Amino acid sequence: MAFNYDGYLRLEKMPTLWCWGCGDGIILKAFIRAIDTLGWNKDDICVVSGIGCSGRFSSYLDFNTVHTTHGRTVAFATGIKLANPSKKVFCIAGDGDALAIGGNHTIHACRRNIDINFIIINNFIYGLTNSQTSPTTPQGMWTVSQKAGNIDPTFDACKLAIAAGASFVARECVTDPKKLEKIFVKGFQHRGFSFFDIFSNCHINLGRKNKMASAMENLDWIDSITASKTKYDKLGEDEQLNLFPTGVLFEDTKVREYCDMYEDIKDVHQGKRKVITQDDFEKKI
Amino acid sequence: MATREVISSGNELSALAAADAGCMFFGGYPITPSSEIMHELSDLMPERGGVCIQMEDEIAGVAAAIGASMAGVRSMTATSGPGISLKAENLGLAQMCEAPLVVANVMRGGPSTGLPTRVSQGDIRQAKNPSHGDYRSITLCAGNLSECYTETVRAFNLADRFMQPVFVLLDETIGHMHGKAMLPTVEEVQAGIVPRKEFTGEPSEYHPYGVGDDEPAVLNPMYKGYRYHFTGLHHDKNGFPTEEIETCRKLIQRLEDKVMNYTDEIELNEEFMCDDLGADDVLIIAYGSVSLAAKEAIRHLRKDGIKAGLFRPITIWPSPAKRIKELTDTVKNVLCVELNIRQYTEEVERVSSRLDIEGLYKVNGRAISPYEIVAKVKEVF
Repeated sequence: MAFNYDGYLRLEKMPTLWCWGCGDGIILKAFIRAIDTLGWNKDDICVVSGIGCSGRFSSYLDFNTVHTTHGRTVAFATGIKLANPSKKVFCIAGDGDALAIGGNHTIHACRRNIDINFIIINNFIYGLTNSQTSPTTPQGMWTVSQKAGNIDPTFDACKLAIAAGASFVARECVTDPKKLEKIFVKGFQHRGFSFFDIFSNCHINLGRKNKMASAMENLDWIDSITASKTKYDKLGEDEQLNLFPTGVLFEDTKVREYCDMYEDIKDVHQGKRKVITQDDFEKKI
Repeated sequence: MATREVISSGNELSALAAADAGCMFFGGYPITPSSEIMHELSDLMPERGGVCIQMEDEIAGVAAAIGASMAGVRSMTATSGPGISLKAENLGLAQMCEAPLVVANVMRGGPSTGLPTRVSQGDIRQAKNPSHGDYRSITLCAGNLSECYTETVRAFNLADRFMQPVFVLLDETIGHMHGKAMLPTVEEVQAGIVPRKEFTGEPSEYHPYGVGDDEPAVLNPMYKGYRYHFTGLHHDKNGFPTEEIETCRKLIQRLEDKVMNYTDEIELNEEFMCDDLGADDVLIIAYGSVSLAAKEAIRHLRKDGIKAGLFRPITIWPSPAKRIKELTDTVKNVLCVELNIRQYTEEVERVSSRLDIEGLYKVNGRAISPYEIVAKVKEVF
């Protein structure tokens, strides 16, 4: 039987504001299926979004939802999470949102390893504002702010997240919704900062001027620039050059989560234990 | 009123007040001359079961604090003028979403990096409208050590009453002043806490923004079965984005009216030796640390046979327009004393409809001495 999304959606907000064929809807549906698989209560979930097409993600979901300012998504989510550490907090951000204007917050949220699920809908362009260069726009592509072709080097969001200290880092594409759902289920259960770089299409504002004007052409292009991590790892350096690996790229289950560590701080200040030492930074198994 | 005697500094008293008023979250970033508020709360918050987090920048500091407030706890951030400049956008979001928040601003010399370790009152105008769009700022200004405590407590109660950010202005002199302060007891503070309103009926009948024309939103804590939406966009009664003409107009008019129709609940002033002022006497208007010098000056002036009094707004915004008008209608000689150039004088001019208000201004990072005020009064009146 086909999955029924109705219980998770604010149906009165449908149809979405997203363009026909936009990948955001695929991510929204995979997100819902993952939550359903995990059996989490809608009341225990908070979804925080920023500005851009992805910003509307939160308003379609029947959870506690917050639509914040441009790039600050995870900073708001940090306060929301710390106020109720037992609840599930999700961030949805675009590539411009998470990696340009909000880059600093992204870095430090990774570094803190706070238990937030951070999903970047990476469509390689500023879609909502009509085709300006984003940090992930491939070099040479046409954008409305660089009509001769983008000269800015491209950002690998996952490399950034790993370097900054996120304890779960994964990449997946809207071309494979099943894999997307699976990786969400895995990452959402991870206690720590879970970082998802989800490649999505914007055939309207990236595609039309870059020879992939239909959703299918745009999706084919995404396929052509990605390879599963298993495949990717077997390739030579030259072959890896223009490819992005997909799947779980990094996972550290030993490093302790920020809210858990803050409980130690409370214990110290409430006289229940002495200061935090080096031993406290790894989980005791 | 039961009181207790404490020896402390202005910044530390503001932090203590937050903890006593039930604040459970502080998000901040280091900045002189306000950092001691965060230092103090980094002990007090975890001690009382709350959280104090130093974020990666000023923007994140206020964002985390607003996030915690949206989740349902009393929340605070503290900074100085340059920090407010950075926080401005998110303060606008808090105004639009009607998220209560206390923002302490310990003022230093500006513009820009200015004079980080020296006193100023240059953020009066900034506090009125830190971010774009229409809304009404509620801004309190502590004029002595005790008020660093009591005004911070009042700010928390006003934030929950009016569902919006409330500024507590300290200045470098008051923030770093160290001495004896008489404070209300913790029991008294706690007895005075009015928590934000909460809807308890059926979730289907809950409309967080569907309130009366001049009432604040009723925002339930998260995770209690009332799933609604926060957004900085114009929104409808349930918090969802809309461009419907009448809904948009009513929302912004409500943000104005929920404050301006209830200024009597916000206004607080001190009148020092004003009772006997006649038409030819001298009215000094000053606030914050400057008011301490003004009081001293008034004692000297009275010894010299010049009858002077002080009007001190403790609530800076909305301004105590009616009372300023009454006083400036009575007294001919009015002198505003500020550590900025005419920032509040312009408001006094506006509400008094007078353009002959004298001013004594200082913008070099140094305090104004009582003798300068005495000399100015003798020079101009």
